Amino acid sequence: MERPLTQNIHAGRQPLSLKEYTTTGGYTALQQVLKNMTPKEVQQLVQESRLKGRGGAGFNTGMKWSFVPMGEDAPSPKYLVANADEMEPGTFKDRLLLEGNPHQLIEGMIIAAYAIQANISYVFLRWAYKKAAQVIERSIQEAYHAGWLGNNIMNSGFSIDMYLHTGAGRYMCGEETALLNALEGKRATPRAKPPFPQVSGLFGKPTIVNNVETLCCIPHIINKGAAWFQNLSYSEDGGTKIYGVSGKVNNPGAWELPMGVTMRELIEEHAGGMKKGYRLKGVLPGGASTDFLTEQHLDIKMDFKSVAAAGSRLGTGTMVVMDDATCPVGFVHNLQHFFAQESCGWCTPCREGLPWVEKILLSIENGEGKEDDMELLQMHTQLLGPGNTFCALAPGAMEPLQSAIKYYREDFDRHIREKKCPY
Amino acid sequence: MLSNEEIQDIDHEAAKLPYKQAAVIEALKIVQQRRGWINDESVRDIAECLEMSPAEVDSVATFYNLIFRKPVGRHVILLCDSISCYVMGYKNIYEALQQKLKIKFGETTADHRFTLLPNACLGCCDHAPALMINGNLYKDISIEALDSILSEYN
Repeated sequence: MERPLTQNIHAGRQPLSLKEYTTTGGYTALQQVLKNMTPKEVQQLVQESRLKGRGGAGFNTGMKWSFVPMGEDAPSPKYLVANADEMEPGTFKDRLLLEGNPHQLIEGMIIAAYAIQANISYVFLRWAYKKAAQVIERSIQEAYHAGWLGNNIMNSGFSIDMYLHTGAGRYMCGEETALLNALEGKRATPRAKPPFPQVSGLFGKPTIVNNVETLCCIPHIINKGAAWFQNLSYSEDGGTKIYGVSGKVNNPGAWELPMGVTMRELIEEHAGGMKKGYRLKGVLPGGASTDFLTEQHLDIKMDFKSVAAAGSRLGTGTMVVMDDATCPVGFVHNLQHFFAQESCGWCTPCREGLPWVEKILLSIENGEGKEDDMELLQMHTQLLGPGNTFCALAPGAMEPLQSAIKYYREDFDRHIREKKCPY
Repeated sequence: MLSNEEIQDIDHEAAKLPYKQAAVIEALKIVQQRRGWINDESVRDIAECLEMSPAEVDSVATFYNLIFRKPVGRHVILLCDSISCYVMGYKNIYEALQQKLKIKFGETTADHRFTLLPNACLGCCDHAPALMINGNLYKDISIEALDSILSEYN
């Protein structure tokens, strides 16, 4: 089984230096692109590979690039941003790539920048990833010294600068347009779309924001082709995926596997099954903002379409397992506390609704819930659902809530009936 | 007043951006790095340095949770309170820390040694529970390990 993204990453080893990366085939894709491919050809190849965004939205990456204005009349400069603000609770996959093989990301970014003819690029890295910050900063300098970054790289006529930007907290920074505001030194509130960032993004110029894992796939697609990339996968979405499992399992971790492995394989094989004495009660398949799935869903494929068909989202592909000793009401309260706290306050339903939801859940958990609280919660899942808020934060928050009410209604009712948490 | 060193560092960051106001978050981090937190005077100084109004600077400073607008202790403990750490028992760690330090979230010890803050997911879910002190990450935390971790910081 091929593991292109992580084949050279080994636990406990130092990150790959430029020299090590080059000896394992690094920067050959970039040379190939600069010598033999037009930007449009790169866009087309990536589109054909069926690479979909690994940050959670799952949009075809090559198609996203194709919306950027090209040619001499296009606005300038254009920007390419790597979204390394990994803050979705339960998610720790990009850290592996950032700390383990930094030049893979940098090469992917340079190729992506070439494909849209962007001359300035940023890595937007979350504050807490201190080690990654050191590794990326050092690697950017290495790439400049080697001539992969800077003016007229490899005498190709293409120039590209790259900067590391570290954040100062806040989940909102991971939202594409809020990230752009943060990069501009503003409060990280989302922007209205349209205009989409591809047309008017950072500093009002055409901008592509791609997730770290997405960008790391690019050099491999260039080297080995679209068909090879598609064949890595067990599903119609191309490539491998870095999956993760956390919670009370024997071997929590992250693994690069063919896109579309089953939840059962992930939990039982790779994560070593549940810890002794615990049973699986539910799973958030792709981070905090995805609907619960339960034991009946263990055999579904972890790809965008299959997880959606089961009523949830692949999201970041890093799952959180809820065991039978953990109270679902307390679990969901923890999630809603997070979302209420991280709401940027820009739009009213999210700013006011999420703290209300959190309060109701806390009172139920503390045995002070009332009969009509469940109706109130149900109402919020509608009012804070898609289409009623400025960005996807509140609708994302409602996903685990609505599915918890669906699968664990009896647990909620018991709290209210017995006036205490039965766990 | 900002020191020459601080101004130099802010200018260095501003050079990466098309206009200097975009460097305000970096400026806040640079000043906080040296002074521990951002007081009202620093807000005014940064505003002057970047040709912004103090209110604009403060609107940014108060948005980001890792910019401190109140004094903090010499060492800041960030305890992850997100879902994987919740499942793996961060609350027990929090209780133990409360007992040892006699402070709750948002408080600073009387000797100004530690400030204790909750933090959203540290991206360390496969080694939960996790905490961070002054940027150093500690994984798979147990109550027994706390004394030795805390003793690294005086």
